[in-house]
Amino acid sequence: MTDNTNTGHNTPAHPTNSSLTTHQFDVLIVGAGGAGLRAALELQRAGKQVALVSKVYPTRSHTVAAQGGINAALGNISEDNWHWHMFDTVKGSDYLGDQDAIEFMCQQAPRIVRELEHFGVPFSRLDDGKIYQRPFGGQSQHFGQSQATRTCAVADRTGHAILHTLYQQNLAAGTQTFSEFFSLDLLIEDQQVTGLVALEIATGQLHQFNANAVLLATGGAGQIYRTNTNASINTGDGLAMVLRAGLPLMDMEFWQFHPTGVAGRGMLISEAARGEGGLLRNSLGEAFMVNYAPKVKDLASRDVVSRAIATEIHHGRGCGPNKDYIELDLTHLDAELIKQKLPGIRDISLTFTGIDPIEQPIPIHPSCHYMMGGIPTNIHGQVMTQTNGENYPVAGLYAIGECACVSVHGANRLGGNSLLDIVVFGKAAADHILSRPAEVCTTKTPAPKAINPALLKRMQAFQASRDTEIPNDANNDDSVVSFKRDLQQMMQRHCGVFRDQATLAAAKPMLEQLAQRLKTLRVQDPAQGFNLERIQAFECENLLAVAWATLESALARTESRGAHARDDYPERDDQAWLVHLLFFMQPHITLKQKPVQMQPKTVAPFPPIKRVY
Amino acid sequence: MLFNIQRYQPEAASAQQVGAQNATYWQEMTLDDALVKPGMMLLDALKLLREQDPTLSFRSSCQEGVCGSDAMQVNGRNRLSCITPLAELSQPIELMPVPGLPILRDLIVDMTLFFDRYAQANPTLNAGKFNPDQEHLQSPADRAKLDGLYECILCACCSTSCPSFWWHPDQFLGPAALLAAERVVIDSRDIQPKQRLEALSDPYQLHRCRGIQQCTTSCPKGLDPSRAIRQLKHQQWTQS
Repeated sequence: MTDNTNTGHNTPAHPTNSSLTTHQFDVLIVGAGGAGLRAALELQRAGKQVALVSKVYPTRSHTVAAQGGINAALGNISEDNWHWHMFDTVKGSDYLGDQDAIEFMCQQAPRIVRELEHFGVPFSRLDDGKIYQRPFGGQSQHFGQSQATRTCAVADRTGHAILHTLYQQNLAAGTQTFSEFFSLDLLIEDQQVTGLVALEIATGQLHQFNANAVLLATGGAGQIYRTNTNASINTGDGLAMVLRAGLPLMDMEFWQFHPTGVAGRGMLISEAARGEGGLLRNSLGEAFMVNYAPKVKDLASRDVVSRAIATEIHHGRGCGPNKDYIELDLTHLDAELIKQKLPGIRDISLTFTGIDPIEQPIPIHPSCHYMMGGIPTNIHGQVMTQTNGENYPVAGLYAIGECACVSVHGANRLGGNSLLDIVVFGKAAADHILSRPAEVCTTKTPAPKAINPALLKRMQAFQASRDTEIPNDANNDDSVVSFKRDLQQMMQRHCGVFRDQATLAAAKPMLEQLAQRLKTLRVQDPAQGFNLERIQAFECENLLAVAWATLESALARTESRGAHARDDYPERDDQAWLVHLLFFMQPHITLKQKPVQMQPKTVAPFPPIKRVY
Repeated sequence: MLFNIQRYQPEAASAQQVGAQNATYWQEMTLDDALVKPGMMLLDALKLLREQDPTLSFRSSCQEGVCGSDAMQVNGRNRLSCITPLAELSQPIELMPVPGLPILRDLIVDMTLFFDRYAQANPTLNAGKFNPDQEHLQSPADRAKLDGLYECILCACCSTSCPSFWWHPDQFLGPAALLAAERVVIDSRDIQPKQRLEALSDPYQLHRCRGIQQCTTSCPKGLDPSRAIRQLKHQQWTQS
């Protein structure tokens, strides 16, 4: 039983950064959202020694904010088939998704959702007792014919229900969790990932975790934009670790702007609102989506709807005194339906705008929501890299969930496919680790390694204060807050819903300036325990790396595809650009190409055709 | 706008000299009214105050009231800073960490006891055997019984406002954990509700609840842990 006077956090007042606590595990999972928890559960139950390292308590992870649901061709309401789901996802990806990975995900979906239900997820129900499903954007029956009803939902709190259920299952399985540990850098020996170094936030102590396999599940990085739906913790920590280790990120030019963020604030109003019948209206009261997607209207793919909204506002048809937002109208829906199926978004609207959507439309504006790109992996979650044109897996390193790019979302993700992605590939990566031959899994001798000098230098640089040997620039009134603000502003202005050569190129000197600022950025808080300013400094470094990858990739891709819309290159160019883009930061910035996997394993490929909704 | 914030800086020089008690103090902070915009939440104000003093420490993540990171005592009541409108608060706005858990720094408390009690409540559903071809069926009426129970975000506003939890945080499970216990007991899919109720039959885990109902008053999500606890006691009594 815990002694309530001894918290376990009573450490010396000024612990030195050079001391290192070492831990030994079979598998190390970084990040405790849906992907990390699903993988941990599988591995822990199979008898592996698992450490779940997370910078927040697991239930604070951003999976908790997912609202609308998780796609699976259960056919509980109308006929459905995983093959149709696959077609929709390939089309939604604007043909940039790897078709073998999409095939695998859609095939697995019904089983993986029933498994979640079995674990305890309190899905909403139909009268016959089966899981409730709702229509979502980009879904069809018979390969594009009629609207499908494929999104399995827990009211509009599906992510919360899935995250908490997986957390509960991990409690029962006995998974060991290191909460509030901030991961800093991967440890690599002879081209094999052997663990990582993390900072214990409560004490400022450094810890070295050794493991046979490191699984990154660190989520997205929507915080590179000023207006976003993301938690403040979504700063791309895993992505930047990978870049610093000389490994690539893939397809980083593709960021999803969710059509319906709360105007002026950014938080998400689920696509479920439109799935249940909500309509977007401009200042003239027109339900304008019919002009952009005549067939499916408000349930077009998210990139299409966000561009439509931006275009309406651009042409002066925005609402409000500044004509700078669009309205999401639910007032024609039954009040009981809103209370039962959309209670969470009603709550958010009431809290942040004072508007009850039963009575008045909600002011909305596109808001950065999701990163389609990420750490390239194969369908087993193994991280891939490229040398001399050859693509191969990095020994001992996996990535799953939003931080990974398998790629199942290609250039644009369909609503309801992200919760699916995290559980399918969380389990797939765990299965792959479990299937590896025993000798590969043998732990190396756990020798505490000296801390990477570059890492130590970074820590000391941020922490340099007036009394240390590293001089503090007298004129330096920069701060982590203004650094992050400027970075977000820059990305918002130069790399938003629509892009072109001039605005993108103009951002490059700003990036370089930010990189210079990072070198002299100082943390004023001298404490070791809960020095959150220091954590923010590390996050700024990570955000800058992600922004850099995004801008370089967006500049390079001279076409429009999915969420990457170039004013100067408005058409998709399959001749030149039906290809993944790899971004390396080390040893120097390089872009490389990687072929899209167009060949599924069990069905015929879907060749690229023009994407119309 | 005026704030009065309870600070705890265990590493500060004064604390090193004369012991931890002196590391706790009250600090008045002022936010320029020009910075206060309509519709602002307390969290927005805290972020601005942190620009004045980067050592001001508090947790935050989702910023929309679903992750449960930022519970704190606001003018004497436990609330989430991210969904507490500044306009609702009388000044000076008095901020303290949630009561009853060890303070680590400023508004940050050690959540270990809270999460330990949650795990002890065994909140994990046991639905028996898994059938990959068919979900467990549940009627809408049975599913409706979970409403008001499953939405908990584990922010600890309830448990840390409960006098019984203050006295026995190592033995009494507290309202948040008991809400979670009831959520599985009442789930039509669970195959061991009886064992669950039996496991809660000692004098402390469940029965230290004295019906004070401070938990229900303080829940930022509008849930009713007090009712869940009464249901647990009732189910236990009718089944024995």
